[in-house]
Amino acid sequence: MTEPAEIRAKVQVRDLTVRFAGKETLRNLNLDIYPNERLAIIGPASSGKTTFLRCLNRLNDLQHTFSHTGRILLDGKDVYDPDVDLAGLRRRMGMVYAVPEPLPWTIYENLVFGPRLAGFRDKDDLDERVERSLKSAYLWEETKDRLHQPAHNLSGGQQQRLCLARVLALKPEVLLLDEPCSGLDPISTAKIEDALVELTESLSIILVTNNTKQASRVSDRTAFFLMGELIEVGPTQQIFTKPNHERTDAYITGQFG
Amino acid sequence: MKQDKLIALALLMVAFSAVSGLALITVFIFKEGLPIIVKTGPGNFFLSSDWDPSSGNFGIFSMIAGSLAVTVCAMVIGTVFGLGLAIVLGEFCPPGLAAILKPVVELLAGIPSVVYGFVGVVTIVPLIRTYLGGPGLSVLASSIVLGIMVLPTVTSISMDALRAVPRSYWQGSIALGATKWQTTHMVMLKAAKSGIAAAIILGMGRAVGETMAVIMVAGNTLEVPHGILDPVRTLTSNIALEMGYASGQHREALFATGVTLFVIIMILNTVALVMARRGAGEGRTR
Repeated sequence: MTEPAEIRAKVQVRDLTVRFAGKETLRNLNLDIYPNERLAIIGPASSGKTTFLRCLNRLNDLQHTFSHTGRILLDGKDVYDPDVDLAGLRRRMGMVYAVPEPLPWTIYENLVFGPRLAGFRDKDDLDERVERSLKSAYLWEETKDRLHQPAHNLSGGQQQRLCLARVLALKPEVLLLDEPCSGLDPISTAKIEDALVELTESLSIILVTNNTKQASRVSDRTAFFLMGELIEVGPTQQIFTKPNHERTDAYITGQFG
Repeated sequence: MKQDKLIALALLMVAFSAVSGLALITVFIFKEGLPIIVKTGPGNFFLSSDWDPSSGNFGIFSMIAGSLAVTVCAMVIGTVFGLGLAIVLGEFCPPGLAAILKPVVELLAGIPSVVYGFVGVVTIVPLIRTYLGGPGLSVLASSIVLGIMVLPTVTSISMDALRAVPRSYWQGSIALGATKWQTTHMVMLKAAKSGIAAAIILGMGRAVGETMAVIMVAGNTLEVPHGILDPVRTLTSNIALEMGYASGQHREALFATGVTLFVIIMILNTVALVMARRGAGEGRTR
């Protein structure tokens, strides 16, 4: 990447190495994420994709065996600096997990939980956030009449869209998605993918996926991870048609993984 | 094959005799205790504080009040410490430390109650007498001793309840910008509340039924307590203290005290069981 491009990167990962109980899970990772782009991360199981995501919003901190070297800069500021407000960081980098995990409350309560913790108390503002985030997650039409019913009554696909909406209610700057469609039917998957494409108007998306087709459909750029290393990253079009690395080609064409 | 059947039969008999033992005890104490309640009249028996077996007055209100006071105060102590411990062990302290602390807390259950009573008499009672006044033998002394005794029950059952909450709730909440403490009290405790209620009620059952330790530190006077520094007599102490020399109606009245206790504990245990089941149900709907 050229110098000017580096300056405007939203997230810069520099020489990131991650160990769990001394064992390396990520090695010497360098990667930039730009504003308003969709970056897909593909790669076989245990290649460090999820670990990478969880480094960005510092969820790995919760594991006692975790240690890392290198830097992760969000708008030029290292997220591992001691003076970083963890809760604030996690609000700026929203995360959606592979398995939908709405909290055992109503749909509305799920959506306002994050904003309330962040100090937003105004009823109108909260209602506005609920409506806007549900619309962005393509869930508004299905739920507008039953906001005060338990979230667990929703179908799996709806629950996952609720989890997406819940994160969007916090107006994050970066959206981290960890195989968000792995357990979903094609229609729900399509809805989430549509939502993601529209969302990049206001934020950056990092999408970890096991589904290479999904990566080619949704992303601007694609990164290929293997055994804890970034093999290559480039425009999705190029990665899927003529990758620089033969192992990338082998993975995409289904020769392993 | 014949051997199998024999063993099965033998085990079945053992199982039945255990259960029928419980049934016999129930029938026996009700048979011995109910007539005197009817004879004295339930109003007089439960609501009068006049307990004077030699002149035929059997009112157990002061003891019901005593048991109630001691149990409620003990549960305040037991819940604060027990639940606090469960939260720290389950959510905050490193797993290595929890692996040491949890068995230690459970070991508390293995100490004989007379030892608790003894420690109470030797240390807690004089402290209360010196610093807070009164005779020292009091509701407060019994509550502290009982509060410690119910810790293992409250702690381990609350911990199980917290552990039964899906881990994804915790992760989801943290990722939404909640701190560990906010997650614990807004998500985890809320989701585990019926299990925790069951833990408290089971602890309460233990506290109501405890006898030896309470006899040693409660003072055992026959009066309705007016404050936590007053001495009291509980239902259990009454039976244990007087059974040795009671006969006739007096003996029946002690059985009736037992019936009262039995019913209270049955109610508490049933409530706890129902709540624990409901809690387990909530966990499964996910």
